[in-house]
Amino acid sequence: MSRAALIVAPIVFVCLLLGAWEAACRLLAVPVYFLPPPSGIAVALVENAPLLFVSAWRTLSSALSAFAIVGVLASVAALGAASARIVEASFRPVAVALQVTPIVSLAPLFQVWAGLEHPGAAVVALACVAAFFPMYSGVLAGLTSADPELERLFDLYGASIWQRLTRLRIPSAVPQALEGFKVGLGLALVGTVFGEILAGAGGAQGLAWRIQEASHRMQMDKSFAALAALALMAGALQSLYHLLERRLIVWWRGR
Amino acid sequence: MTGDAVAALDAAQVDYAGRGRVLGPVDFRLAAGEIVALVGPSGCGKSTALRLLAGLEPPTHGAVRRAAGRGETSVVFQSPTLAPWLSATANVSLPLEMAGVGARVARSRAVEALGRVGLADAVTARPAQLSGGMAMRASLARALVTSPKVLLLDEPFAALDEITRRQLADDVLALWAEQRPAIVFVTHNVEEAVYMAGRVVVMSPGPGRIAGEVAVEGPAPRPPGFRATETFRHTAERASALLHQAMGAPP
Repeated sequence: MSRAALIVAPIVFVCLLLGAWEAACRLLAVPVYFLPPPSGIAVALVENAPLLFVSAWRTLSSALSAFAIVGVLASVAALGAASARIVEASFRPVAVALQVTPIVSLAPLFQVWAGLEHPGAAVVALACVAAFFPMYSGVLAGLTSADPELERLFDLYGASIWQRLTRLRIPSAVPQALEGFKVGLGLALVGTVFGEILAGAGGAQGLAWRIQEASHRMQMDKSFAALAALALMAGALQSLYHLLERRLIVWWRGR
Repeated sequence: MTGDAVAALDAAQVDYAGRGRVLGPVDFRLAAGEIVALVGPSGCGKSTALRLLAGLEPPTHGAVRRAAGRGETSVVFQSPTLAPWLSATANVSLPLEMAGVGARVARSRAVEALGRVGLADAVTARPAQLSGGMAMRASLARALVTSPKVLLLDEPFAALDEITRRQLADDVLALWAEQRPAIVFVTHNVEEAVYMAGRVVVMSPGPGRIAGEVAVEGPAPRPPGFRATETFRHTAERASALLHQAMGAPP
């Protein structure tokens, strides 16, 4: 199988799906308020581009804020947990609780705490909860998985706790931390979308809110256009992170 | 410490919870500047004995005596055990920096040590860019950069091909001739043991005890063609026979 075929095949497949969708809408005369054809969605996407762009930026900045906040919090927590078994054991139930609680159920609480004036804060807080666990466990796994023979060499050198941390454990943690951060970034976006739908209540006008607003007005073409923008943004964000991660790994390993 | 021994095991014995006894009791004496090979089957506790001598773990019973202070013992493991995020130079200067040597001095001594093991062209390379043999040389450079009194080698050539291991064996002996550290060389290869060491200590299957020992005549570093000499072949035969006997097999 050539590389070109592997690139072309998925494009052809998506075009076929869109073609079938378009044909079905036209042949069956599906009303646009029920299911708009792809051509109609494309038009809506172009017509609403400025508004969608602003909304996309809102969503993206909420997700990235949460990602940055959790990046620091999770790393500090993981450093604490890696320093002593007892700290790790103390953190575990809280970390697991954060992971297993469906964030949907936290939205009403956050809405109350953030108040009607700061719906954006509730959105970011929900995104933080969603992103915390994978980022924390990624850093923790990295910090505790240094090569045991390198650990033994550090024993032999009589390394201090600080030397072991800065010269062995933190550098060893890089690949696994990057993996955890990748999952965390995806979940921060998911959490933001949840937050916008559940806690946003019109104040935080991100992409998810656009989807909901347009659906309520039966403007399905606009709703789909916002959905398409969200999917494109999420895809672009993951690809960008993937590229960055690869660069960082090359820098870390020298190859 | 009797005589000029730099490390010794006195009736040392190691028990692991759940596995029972893995080593001993063993009496062993390492004199300054000598090369001793520890040979035995897998699981006989050779590596455990090495960790005792390194001070990396305590014996369950008996005693370990070490004349070498902190930073005077170096260990080379079966895998090169280099930090992948550091250049060859930074890896080799690490033990110096940990011992408080200034970064600049440590780096220049590391570059020098890399030169001695034939890696002068690879000082900026990362471990991932080195071949298996080169990575092992870097690991040797790291062990020697502190001019240790005791050098412990735990099957350092086991993962390498035959040509590379023969080259490295000669290189280790040449490096030994410069600094004369006492070397304990763990291997399960009798020929390699006889080639490297002045004294081959044979261990019985686990829990390992010392089954006997064979002195190796001949100059060190070894002259070319040493493996073909009568002395070498005869000594290797004797060590093999001892190992067979220790393992309960007919010689």
